[in-house]
Amino acid sequence: MHCIETGNTAAATGVKLARTQVIAAYPITPQTPLTEKLSEFVAAGEMKAEYIPVESEHSALSVCIAASSAGARAFTATSANGLLYMHEQIHWAAGARLPIVMCVVNRGVGAPWSVWNDHQDSMSQRDTGWIHLHAASHQQIIDTVIQAFRIAETVRIPVMVCYDGYLLSHTYMPYEVPDQDKVDRFLAGSAPARLLDPSSPMNLNTVTLPNTRPDVRGDIAPAYMEIRHCLQQDLTRTTAVVEQADRDYRDLTGRGGHPLYECYRCEDAEFIAICLGSLSRQLRGVVDSLRSASVKTGVIALRLYRPFPAEQLVPELDKARGVLVFEKALSYGYEGPLFSELKAALYHGSRRPVLHNCIVGLGGRTITTADLHTALADFCVDPETVRKASPQWIGLAPLK
Amino acid sequence: MNTVSKAIDLPIEELVHPGNRACSGCGLSLIYRTALKALGRDTILVVPPSCLTVLQGLYPIAATQLPCVNVTFASTAAAASGVQAALRAQGRQNTLVAAWAGDGGTSDIGIQALSGACERQENFIYICYDNEAYMNTGVQRSGTTPAGALTTTTPLVGKAQQRKNVARIVAAHDIPYVATCSASYPLDLYNKMARARTMTGIRYFHIHTPCPAGWGFDPRFTVKMGKLAVETGLFELYEIENGRFSLTGASKRLLDKERTPVEKYFSVQSRFKVLPREQVERIQQETDRRWNELKQTQS
Repeated sequence: MHCIETGNTAAATGVKLARTQVIAAYPITPQTPLTEKLSEFVAAGEMKAEYIPVESEHSALSVCIAASSAGARAFTATSANGLLYMHEQIHWAAGARLPIVMCVVNRGVGAPWSVWNDHQDSMSQRDTGWIHLHAASHQQIIDTVIQAFRIAETVRIPVMVCYDGYLLSHTYMPYEVPDQDKVDRFLAGSAPARLLDPSSPMNLNTVTLPNTRPDVRGDIAPAYMEIRHCLQQDLTRTTAVVEQADRDYRDLTGRGGHPLYECYRCEDAEFIAICLGSLSRQLRGVVDSLRSASVKTGVIALRLYRPFPAEQLVPELDKARGVLVFEKALSYGYEGPLFSELKAALYHGSRRPVLHNCIVGLGGRTITTADLHTALADFCVDPETVRKASPQWIGLAPLK
Repeated sequence: MNTVSKAIDLPIEELVHPGNRACSGCGLSLIYRTALKALGRDTILVVPPSCLTVLQGLYPIAATQLPCVNVTFASTAAAASGVQAALRAQGRQNTLVAAWAGDGGTSDIGIQALSGACERQENFIYICYDNEAYMNTGVQRSGTTPAGALTTTTPLVGKAQQRKNVARIVAAHDIPYVATCSASYPLDLYNKMARARTMTGIRYFHIHTPCPAGWGFDPRFTVKMGKLAVETGLFELYEIENGRFSLTGASKRLLDKERTPVEKYFSVQSRFKVLPREQVERIQQETDRRWNELKQTQS
């Protein structure tokens, strides 16, 4: 079925099709229409789920953590300071290995207050142990939400599906909604483990010692460090699970094929622009324009941000002369976080393209196609000189 | 309602293992053992950081035979809501959810989630065991620490402020059932808990729980200490069922009896050793005034 709807509705429809059982919701802009839509689905009887309108974002994720521990498929969504208010619970969900799916409708964080889009919110949760997926279009939002449940439940790690506030969340665009029976087939055999059950009692998330110790049977039980090591190992193995989920999804719906990142005109590109989210669509136009002037450029939209697919990305990047990283986030006092990671990923390679970092669109600052064009064109002309200005703020207004 | 009047009538089955990590004379270990007998095996526990986390033991050991999810400090009532939602979604309607938090986790950091759950009229039992300070972190003042008590964060002169009356705050949400209990009256606790087990909606228990280490008394006097709190009238045992307040058990009997002077309770614990005489007198007057009111409303 084709429809023209908002990105938030696309996300809500994906949550409905996944037959989510528990939804916890607290309103925050620009996420709110997503959970409003879910409340409509539940109230209208289109969706059979427990809808818990909680009193805070901290409680929203708490509800999901507990519901997931009891074996229910759980979902919530948030943005910006709401995500930061969840921070403790975000660590907890990953540490407890719960397959929760959460949409993060990306928004700049206060202070000062901003309700507009950048990626500082989800980026600040980078090191919490969650899988981070970024959608670049409405179609990717609905497809990624559905895939996220399969991925989370396969590896027992929570998944964040990030997409740009307003630019995607509130705009109307066409996309295709998969049939319920296809989604059912895709998620068949996938479910959260029922850990809380009086017929098989377990004590979850207990105090765990620095060193291993035997259990009552004499078997050595892992300590905190072993448990964390397991999370790291399983997270790094998740790349293959994301790829498999995408293959299976493509077999059913015909869509997919770019599980880790999406390349546009990169085959022979001498210069590659890389970014997260909807900005990649705008960059495609810039690349087309440069290509018509015989400048060989391409765009990579990174879809999987954690685990970081360094091994797969490096062969795409190291054949280019230069890589320009556009970011809507900053690790204050240093540079863009994605930029740091790409630099590190390329360190071991024999061929290292010139890298440059552009900080764009913080707090919803308009990103003009002309600015992107200038930045990429200048870089293609003289990458070494441009590199020295890194990180370069684009679109910054001059102050007196 | 299967009321018990003698300890020997309590269910024999033990759901708390012996040899757990509770301190000697721990009031919590008394009420935990008793309350779980009333809640029964078909119960899921939700526990934030507290002495109960310690009592339960360190991974991979557990002190209870009930499934238990340990949750973050501020999230107890929200987590209990989540377990309940999952049970409803799965059609597991008979299983009871019981949240079990300390006074710090309830009156301070957890009160927002508790208030939210009460407002939503969730369906679980919330138990606050009140040992009147943050005990497992080494006796810091909490919202329910009484005025004048020495703690490590109210040193030298004791806590300046009155304690929060959490049971009354919760009752103001108009929930179906609020009960106060004491670790020194386990049968009263059992009977109230067994009855609450059969009700639906959110049910709140506030249980006065003497702590030898935190209050400064000999571990063998735990039960005597709790009884003194009730007999002096400083802690009242009551129920508020659908808005109707009634004193119960030892507190109800106290209406026709001479109350023990509050000074007796203060003098047998080291935490009140700096409480000035004038303040003890003021507390006595305030207690007398409250009990005169109770006599009028309860007669």
